[in-house]
Amino acid sequence: MAERQDRGRVEINLDECKGCQLCITVCPVNCLEVTTKLNKQGYLPVDYKGSGCTGCGLCYYACPEPGAITVFRLKKSA
Amino acid sequence: MSAPVYEPYLRKPKTFYEQYERKSGDPTVTHYCPGCGHGELHKMIAEAIEDLEIADRTVFISPVGCSVFAYYYFDTGNVQAAHGRAPAVGTGVQRARPHSIVISYQGDGDLAAIGLNEILQAANRGEHMAVFFVNNAIYGMTGGQMAPTTLPGMHTTTSPGGRDPRKAGNPLRLCELISQLDAPVYVARGALSGPKHILRTRKLVRKALQAQVERRGFTFVEVLSACPTGWGMNPPDAHKWILEKMAEFFPLEVFVDKTDSEPEPFEIPEEPPAEKLHELLRISTAGQVTFSPSQPVEPKYANPRIKVAGFGGQGVLLLGLGLAQCGMMEGRKVSWLPSYGPEMRGGTAHCHVNVSDHEIGSPLISRPTVVVAMNQPSLEKFEPQLVEGGLLIVNTSMVPKEPSRSDLDVLKIPASDMAKELGNPRAANMIILGAYAAYTGMIGKETALASLNTLIKRKHLVDLNRKAIELGWEFGTKARG
Amino acid sequence: MAEQIYQPIPPDDPRYEGKTPLLVKGNEAIVKGAILAGCRCFFGYPITPASEIAETAARDFPAVGGTFLQAESETASINMLYGAAAAGVRAMTASSGPGISLMQEGLSYLAGAELPCVIADIMRGGPGLGNIAPEQGDYNQVVKIGGHGNYRNPVYAPSSGQEMCDLTMRAFETAFEYRTPVFVIADGFTGQMMEPVVFPDPLPKPPEPDWACRADAETRENLISSIFLEPDDLEEHNRKLQEKYRRIEENEALYQVFHVDDAKIVAVAFGIVSRVVRSAVELAREKGIPVGLVRPVTLWPFPKKTLEALAKQAERFVVFELSNGQMLEDVRLAIHDSRPVDFHGRMGGNVPSTEECLDVIERVAREGGVL
Repeated sequence: MAERQDRGRVEINLDECKGCQLCITVCPVNCLEVTTKLNKQGYLPVDYKGSGCTGCGLCYYACPEPGAITVFRLKKSA
Repeated sequence: MSAPVYEPYLRKPKTFYEQYERKSGDPTVTHYCPGCGHGELHKMIAEAIEDLEIADRTVFISPVGCSVFAYYYFDTGNVQAAHGRAPAVGTGVQRARPHSIVISYQGDGDLAAIGLNEILQAANRGEHMAVFFVNNAIYGMTGGQMAPTTLPGMHTTTSPGGRDPRKAGNPLRLCELISQLDAPVYVARGALSGPKHILRTRKLVRKALQAQVERRGFTFVEVLSACPTGWGMNPPDAHKWILEKMAEFFPLEVFVDKTDSEPEPFEIPEEPPAEKLHELLRISTAGQVTFSPSQPVEPKYANPRIKVAGFGGQGVLLLGLGLAQCGMMEGRKVSWLPSYGPEMRGGTAHCHVNVSDHEIGSPLISRPTVVVAMNQPSLEKFEPQLVEGGLLIVNTSMVPKEPSRSDLDVLKIPASDMAKELGNPRAANMIILGAYAAYTGMIGKETALASLNTLIKRKHLVDLNRKAIELGWEFGTKARG
Repeated sequence: MAEQIYQPIPPDDPRYEGKTPLLVKGNEAIVKGAILAGCRCFFGYPITPASEIAETAARDFPAVGGTFLQAESETASINMLYGAAAAGVRAMTASSGPGISLMQEGLSYLAGAELPCVIADIMRGGPGLGNIAPEQGDYNQVVKIGGHGNYRNPVYAPSSGQEMCDLTMRAFETAFEYRTPVFVIADGFTGQMMEPVVFPDPLPKPPEPDWACRADAETRENLISSIFLEPDDLEEHNRKLQEKYRRIEENEALYQVFHVDDAKIVAVAFGIVSRVVRSAVELAREKGIPVGLVRPVTLWPFPKKTLEALAKQAERFVVFELSNGQMLEDVRLAIHDSRPVDFHGRMGGNVPSTEECLDVIERVAREGGVL
């Protein structure tokens, strides 16, 4: 039996993130975390934990950077 | 079972440039501080512009404030405005290009302090523009000074002891002010804090822009927005502070929503063809009759410099205008200058009229060759200015006193009495015009009569004035002998 | 091209053919001229003695499918003008001294963002509230500029009804040729005076400017702005502006001269005063005084080469103004103070009479030993 599929997925452009962590504060399922490696701007960016995303999109709207977060949703199977 | 397929659901809106062209800094990120609300609002606006497919016809007005560089990001028409003037600039853009979608994006210093008049007046006119007002209770760009929206007790660099409402006033609530006006169709306040309010604010933004597409009128969305740097907080705490402190003073409501009402019909006026312009401007001279100069004119009456003077209401200015009009119709150079400025004191009116075969130098007459005195004070004032042997026309109905000089050519005419007999004492001026024309030979009778078509705006009075000119003409002819 | 002699209606100009003059106020002639030059937006705030411009505009602009808007202040007017100009449309405003003072912020932005538009200033007495009588005391704030930064703006100074129309039309052409705000300044008399004006055919419809924000796909990428954060960028922008101003100075100076050929005394006056002085010069010539008149038609660019050349033959200059001597400084600069420059200025709304100016010329002739 396959693992339950997440309904969503988040991609974070680590170099565009300014580490404000607003996405973490709004994420209802706590699937985002601060990373430990400084990005090229000198911030500690946030990244997707890799699972658990529901594709709700709250992190996207809370994020002030236009292109830092892309939210994906699971394609309804044909 | 095949691998799950994910498709992009929320990505960087296409309204943003792919790369932000600017001199210094990374072209992939904004110039805003971490956690700044501007970025969040930018994104909501950009998303709505893309979804409404209006990027081509959007003109985004950047203010003065942290968002002065909004044009780095928005792939729309961009106009940068002076501090506080964005609503006036937006008005100009919108009136000039009525099909445009105008966005005025302003901060609290820009909109609520220096530009308060511009925003209220644009709102009151119901200008077709969407205004997004970023309220972060502080001057961010200049380093954290007090804003008109700074909360009572809040410490800023220019309210170091905390804002004291007794001295600095209370914060201005702009939504509440603007919702008092009749014209705005949508006035709402949102907050960029917490999931619920972030998503609600996104809806307010879309509604304000949707209303522009439907051409409903003025829409205003205020957004309580974090300035973590200016407030000295980390972004999550700043977001909390918005709901805990700011929202208490600035209630998160929809104050006005008339977006379901019928929008007014929208038509862009058509440009009239070039050949119609003269007619539309009432300067067409097609078919205008011209006369040849009345002659011969005795040298002493040629090229007159005329002062016409009397009480206001005696038609002094119109008489002067008539003299100039007739001169012009006969192809002469003319000028007419009304009494104006300090000369107007004392309730008398006078005007300077030059009629000449040569270019007119000074339109101002200090040594007239002709004086028309419609009343006693005018005689007293202007008789001394006449050149030697000059022509003095006296309305004896109103001037009991005899002229004091003996060198003058005097034409005495009881014009006001004659006009009374004619049925309207106000026609005295045209009686004098007729008399002057006949007495001096400077104006032909046909010219004088034809000038009435231009001079007399109320057409039912033309006939009376015709009679007045004829009467004056008769008088002048007899007096000439 | 050098400084040019201004001809009110060139005899070979077909645009005036077949038209007869109309007696109109100078203020009205400005509005008609503007519309004939393609202007379709008017933003303004009423002020004496310029109000007839707004009143005429309120009727005429809507009549031709254009926009008239009474703004809440001159600050708003000039910024509405900025917006309309940014959108690439021919637009104008009008005011008098106190309003022009309020517009200075916007004027600097217009110059910085290189936006073409026309501002009419019908000058009144100052400083402060002053009065509504004619003066020329806005010379400094208009010609020498009153806003911040390194800019200039062309200034046309009509002296008759015909010129109120013609120079306003020309102002629009100059504005769009060089992308700059352009002034038309006159005094209260020239605004209030009625004279015969022959209105020419409208100018051909200008092409849509490609630099503007016209709210369409073609111009979406355009940016109208005066901000250059980096010192090197702003300096480069300023150098570009100065180069434009140099071209304007080279090509656009206009003037008129009367009896200057053998003049030992050169009078200088503009606007309404130039007409009074011209009459005085005629009278002085009858008395055998070798005096001539230079009338700058553009105040910036100033016809300084013409004056400089005349300084070689003339012994004295005399400047007449309705001010405390604001153009006087430009005359002295133009002739490098190589000749004595007398000055006769009236203020407060008093306009000198022909006789008064003649007296001044006679005195200057006597004192200068020219008689």
